[in-house]
Amino acid sequence: MTANNVKITPALVAEHGLKPDEYQRILDLIGREPTLTELGIFSAMWNEHCSYKSSKVHLRGLPTKASWVIQGPGENAGVIDIGDGQACVFKMESHNHPSYIEPYQGAATGVGGILRDVFTMGARPIACLNALSFGAPEHPKTRHLVSGVVAGVGGYGNSFGVPTVGGSVRFHSRYDGNILVNAMAVGLAETSKIFYAAASGVGMPIVYLGSKTGRDGIHGASMASAEFDDDSAEKRPTVQVGDPFSEKLLLEACLEIMEKGCVIAIQDMGAAGLTSSATEMGAKGDLGVTLDLDKVPCREEGMTAYEMMLSESQERMLMVLKPEKEAEAEAIFRKWGLDFAVVGETTPTKRFIVRHKGEVMADLPIKELGDSAPEYKRPFVTAQKLPAIDAGAVEARGSIADALERLIATPDLCSKRWVWEQYDHIIGGNTVQRPGGDAAIVRVEDGPKALAMTTDVTPRYCEANPFEGGKQAVAECWRNLTAVGAKPLAITDNLNFGNPERPEIMGQFVGCVRGIAEACKVLDFPVVSGNVSLYNETNGKAILPTPSIGGIGLIDDFTKSATLAFKKADEAILVVGETAGWLGQSMYLREICAREEGAPPPVDLIEERENGDFVRSLILDGTATAVHDLSDGGLLIALAEMAMAGSIGAKLDAPPDDIPAHAYWFGEDQARYIITVPAAKAEAVLARAREASVLVTSIGVTGGDALALDGERAMTVANLNERSEAWLPAYMAGEA
Amino acid sequence: MKAAILVFPGINRERDMARTLKLVSGSTPNMVWHTDHELPAGTDLVVVPGGFSYGDYLRCGAIAARSPIMDAVRAFAAKGGLVLGVCNGFQILCESGLLPGALMRNAQLKFICRDVHLKVERSDTPFTRGYNAGQVIRVPVAHGEGNYIADGETIAKLEGDGRVIFRYASADGMIEPNSNHNGAINAIAGIVNEQGNVLGMMPHPENHVEEAIGRTDGRGLFAGLTEALGRAA
Repeated sequence: MTANNVKITPALVAEHGLKPDEYQRILDLIGREPTLTELGIFSAMWNEHCSYKSSKVHLRGLPTKASWVIQGPGENAGVIDIGDGQACVFKMESHNHPSYIEPYQGAATGVGGILRDVFTMGARPIACLNALSFGAPEHPKTRHLVSGVVAGVGGYGNSFGVPTVGGSVRFHSRYDGNILVNAMAVGLAETSKIFYAAASGVGMPIVYLGSKTGRDGIHGASMASAEFDDDSAEKRPTVQVGDPFSEKLLLEACLEIMEKGCVIAIQDMGAAGLTSSATEMGAKGDLGVTLDLDKVPCREEGMTAYEMMLSESQERMLMVLKPEKEAEAEAIFRKWGLDFAVVGETTPTKRFIVRHKGEVMADLPIKELGDSAPEYKRPFVTAQKLPAIDAGAVEARGSIADALERLIATPDLCSKRWVWEQYDHIIGGNTVQRPGGDAAIVRVEDGPKALAMTTDVTPRYCEANPFEGGKQAVAECWRNLTAVGAKPLAITDNLNFGNPERPEIMGQFVGCVRGIAEACKVLDFPVVSGNVSLYNETNGKAILPTPSIGGIGLIDDFTKSATLAFKKADEAILVVGETAGWLGQSMYLREICAREEGAPPPVDLIEERENGDFVRSLILDGTATAVHDLSDGGLLIALAEMAMAGSIGAKLDAPPDDIPAHAYWFGEDQARYIITVPAAKAEAVLARAREASVLVTSIGVTGGDALALDGERAMTVANLNERSEAWLPAYMAGEA
Repeated sequence: MKAAILVFPGINRERDMARTLKLVSGSTPNMVWHTDHELPAGTDLVVVPGGFSYGDYLRCGAIAARSPIMDAVRAFAAKGGLVLGVCNGFQILCESGLLPGALMRNAQLKFICRDVHLKVERSDTPFTRGYNAGQVIRVPVAHGEGNYIADGETIAKLEGDGRVIFRYASADGMIEPNSNHNGAINAIAGIVNEQGNVLGMMPHPENHVEEAIGRTDGRGLFAGLTEALGRAA
């Protein structure tokens, strides 16, 4: 594909992922047959990944505003006000398909891309998180994928120099052919120095910065917009190669020229590279853009306009500079050893013109390239609601102690130390809470202010009831931030689903988004950035619907934050929220009874808010000595985690008579927390709870070296710890 | 104290180091760019911080070791000036010939970030006068290539001269394989040169200097250096 004037055949159109009616839309828009470069540009802009054509209509229902929101969705990342003239800039994005094909580079460039989104806005990245979904452990590719993805996430973040402080890892056979790698980055900026993509001023130089352009990643965004099949490994050349070293230089150089006031507008080159960044800067600024590709720094010889416009080479930026500052900016980039080239200028024409070797290779209306992208109201069906499972009808398998010891060693519930020890989680010297807790806490500069951050979703709930699952993902995120003492502020959502052209998948998407919207509204927890990843399926088999939620909370004084570890013996253990013994879609039902059935636990958002506010008040006034949110595995798993973290056991009361013991200990009712308080304060806390109409129940006292339960053998903390820590390293060594 | 922190492209713990030096000594260190040929006048401590200089490409520390500023550092060290290299800084000091030996891939072939215990072998050096000999301190490591190695003769000399300053140990100070997370020979975590004025170590004492952020076990090293060099007025 070198000549620009090739005949555009239906086959060529199809190869570019464009449907016949979409091609017709192009013909109507420009009134002639496109050139090859233009066809490439359209395919890059109009694929699902870049255009959100299937999802846009539903995403409009998400609440995106609050008094503390500075920038909602639509920019490189969301921005929220955290007081004192400071802003938190954050976003989560998927890199699923590349990571399946080439796990190390796929994951690494996923991290690189999201970091760039954050520092493009003028923020220094202060933390990364991730949400990883792998296939069943017994699937032959899983071990290789886990190994490569974890090494890739670490390889990029560690070298770049950002602490990776939190995340989640899950395993399920539905991800066998399509893993999920969702990476989140969090940055810190001054509210008065946020940088945006919109260009302004005619005749302004457009500058290319960073690494050189190569042939890697061509059509990457298009790949992310199609299903996988058995030949997907052949798509390896579309995976980009990351260079964290260059990105670190790019970060320092960008922050330096921003500090010096050189920048008018800036946009990173991510998906669809030069095409998407240039058109976005022009379109958002109501300006035209002319690019001269002869000026683009290239890594390879003989690159065509088509290749340059579609390359997804990493670690590149496009900027509009103040003309009088050009020399100063260039000197800074040269100091950091990075390429700097003026490759075009802004024009008053609102046309996107690409020149190469004296020829016009593309001449398109710049606003319509984005705005006129197709938008679909795809048909969807809402799956029938599954019946609630009566806990009394679920027969207990073995003793409570047996079940706990098995559950604590399952792939989803076991310790993920093997993973997060490969991430530098302390660089920066601000990591107050390391991985392994409910939410990570990162101090803001010298404190005492700090940010809490977490990623959450329970895909099996989303599959069983998309609306409740969407609500639950947001509620759990909110709960995890609350459990460390933070005030939850906003989220980024990374919506991973199957093929939207199938009504049942579209139904999952619509249901989850509605659930997310509902929870965000009630919890005052707006969406400020996000990413949609569709077509996550292989040979017609879709992933579990996985809307990953990344949340940020604010703590005024991090020394008042809470951790989940039991602190000392003889403290009262209290449960906040109602325990009814909901076993449908629980880990107990799946792992112990081998049943993935029933309705997921319903989420009462008002109760979430009331219970959470109550817990937060106990943390901030210093009453609660340990706090843990209740989620996967229920009460006894949470107690075990608190005991293991503090190396202190607990003596637990018998369950109430009206709830079967296994449902009481392992049910996954929502809106719950476990807290410990000094025994002397327990009565007062219970009284305060009654006053606030929050249900708080005393369930035991801390102490001893085991979880002790009448009628059960003692579950020693040492044994639980050993089992929790053993599985993942053994599995990765091929021994489990 | 008048410290100079070297900054190479790809170094990423220079801010952590600068913050710690300021916190403990009270003086703000100079950040020195790799293309400079001279250290700031009056420099009494050179710190080569951690990170991934030149992306760890070629070999960890190999490219940085050949930077213009390293000639100045070699001259400074030859005159007895104190030089501290941490993590990538240790690798750079080995590559630049200021310390013997090399750092290989961790025995498990994975990057490891966790708290480890170190046995402080000597307290009669300017770097460790803030500790007692035999004391066990807990500090974090974060590296993929910290597996120290040297030829038999060099190791024998290092051990014979008492130049191994830190060793990976258990919490109660035992030197045993389970505590040696990267497989370093003789559990070596840090060594000094023959003159005793250049220290290289893999762990990050600069990340454990505040109670609120974990622990303060790393503070002794910087407090000792501050005492040795004089506190800022």
